[in-house]
Amino acid sequence: MSILLIAEHDNSSLKVFTLNVIYAASKINADIHVLVAGNKSENVAKEVAAVPLVKKVLYSESPNYENYLAENITPLIVKLAEGYTHIIASANTFGKNFMPRVAALLDISQVSDIMTINSPDTFVRPIYAGNAFATVKSSDKKKCITIRPTSFDPAPTSGGSASIEKIDAIDIPNISKFIKREEAKSERPELGTARVVISGGRGMQSGDNFKLINAIADKLNAAIGASRAAVDAGYISNDHQVGQTGKVVVPDLYIAVGISGAIQHLAGMKESKIIVAINKDGEAPIFSIADYGLEADLFDALPQFLEELNKLNTIQK
Amino acid sequence: MKILVAVKRVIDYNVQIRVKEDGTGVHTDNVKMSTNPPDDNAVEEAVKLKESGKAKEVIAVTIGEEKAQETVRKALAVGVDRGIHVKTDSYVEPLGVAKILKKIVEKEKPDLVFMGKQAIDDDCNQTGQMLAALLGWSQGTFASKIQLKDKIVQVIREVDEGLETIEINLPAIVTCDLRLNEPRYASLPNIMKAKKKPIEQIFVKDLGVNVTNRIQQLKVEEPPKRKGGIKVKTVAELVSKLKNEAKVI
Repeated sequence: MSILLIAEHDNSSLKVFTLNVIYAASKINADIHVLVAGNKSENVAKEVAAVPLVKKVLYSESPNYENYLAENITPLIVKLAEGYTHIIASANTFGKNFMPRVAALLDISQVSDIMTINSPDTFVRPIYAGNAFATVKSSDKKKCITIRPTSFDPAPTSGGSASIEKIDAIDIPNISKFIKREEAKSERPELGTARVVISGGRGMQSGDNFKLINAIADKLNAAIGASRAAVDAGYISNDHQVGQTGKVVVPDLYIAVGISGAIQHLAGMKESKIIVAINKDGEAPIFSIADYGLEADLFDALPQFLEELNKLNTIQK
Repeated sequence: MKILVAVKRVIDYNVQIRVKEDGTGVHTDNVKMSTNPPDDNAVEEAVKLKESGKAKEVIAVTIGEEKAQETVRKALAVGVDRGIHVKTDSYVEPLGVAKILKKIVEKEKPDLVFMGKQAIDDDCNQTGQMLAALLGWSQGTFASKIQLKDKIVQVIREVDEGLETIEINLPAIVTCDLRLNEPRYASLPNIMKAKKKPIEQIFVKDLGVNVTNRIQQLKVEEPPKRKGGIKVKTVAELVSKLKNEAKVI
């Protein structure tokens, strides 16, 4: 029983979520082989080899693998799959893109986005945007799994010395082409991975008022979120939406400002470690899930909040 | 150009899910159902391509019980030409859905297949990619912009790092993100007209595909409840708690 795990990287360094996935995989079996498919990515292969939980690195190099187009890397993974019981990647836009393609070609019913590993074939995964947890058992001989990285700790990164085996690149179907990637322009962290998120709702009353939120986000190095109501009202663009139809976030600190707490919004943030709610309506449902609730007018509270933060000597970033 | 759009009937996104006490699933009786939200975006995009003269025919397909037809009917009311309902009363996993859709694609021979990036009930995010694999087609997942060119389609994808642009050869599968467009509402006259548009009914058993489920759902439970927190009186108290008690700032 061995695991084939697909590493996410940008050809020069490993993406951190891969470490969480390696740690999760180690709960299934200790014999973890990590595939690094890329273009001039030897450094990534070395980085992975230094992870103590990794037993072997498979390194395959080709310009065709540079941007991990699903059509291009799937044939390689399918070919390597033969010797493995589990094929694993992260449940982010990297793993979600190619893993179902791999699974379908191997005639495997994939288990997506697992949060807990009960045994090598039984897992817990969120359904209905985390409003319910399902325990599922896969009867396929081989499993294709994507892992929710934020549900597991990262694996330690140094002290290992796994062997690096070169794997030949194989033919690609040549039906897709990478053009470009534009990283989000914001200086702020990504909403999906930020340690702190501060979100505004309809209570913000205008897009201009989000500057109050921006100021605090700058101070806390936070990502900015919004409720669907704020997005629908045009205060802020769609990509900031947190909720069932937006992004699901699990930061250490989530600050909900002027958000009443509709079901649709709660589904996207209620797994956050610490939740703060600032709302002038003391009956707002958001208070029932908040660790710290402040019943106050946000237009008074936010400037004070900034002032209090300014008084602190140190702030965790 | 012919476009096939796959739509799924799910519990409405505004409904508070209630887990059954016996752990076998969630309550669906007397619960408001509607089209999976990003599937609405898929329908909208296909209809827009038809209106701009780029697509000649748009077909909507759904898989499920009798009432799943409602989602096809809704698509017909916003401009889809005709519908297909693949009837089954049991839950079909994404791999099975992809196998069924492959049969429909072989029959209808579309140049493009659109669907939502993910269904908001089982949250699998698999069907589009699986269908692309089974057909040997290219895929553009999480699409927030689509531009049709000659024999290729340019897709801007919503990825974790930002936006990625790819060009994929036709025929292709595109899975749609909510940012792709603003789905329209059906007007009453169009809802009435849609009632006359044809929906072909096909039974899964007649398609000759094995859709046996491989994943057994052992139990469904509510997520652990959050402990009720406390209310603070002042901003200063809040900041102090965050700093010294929760230790998050």
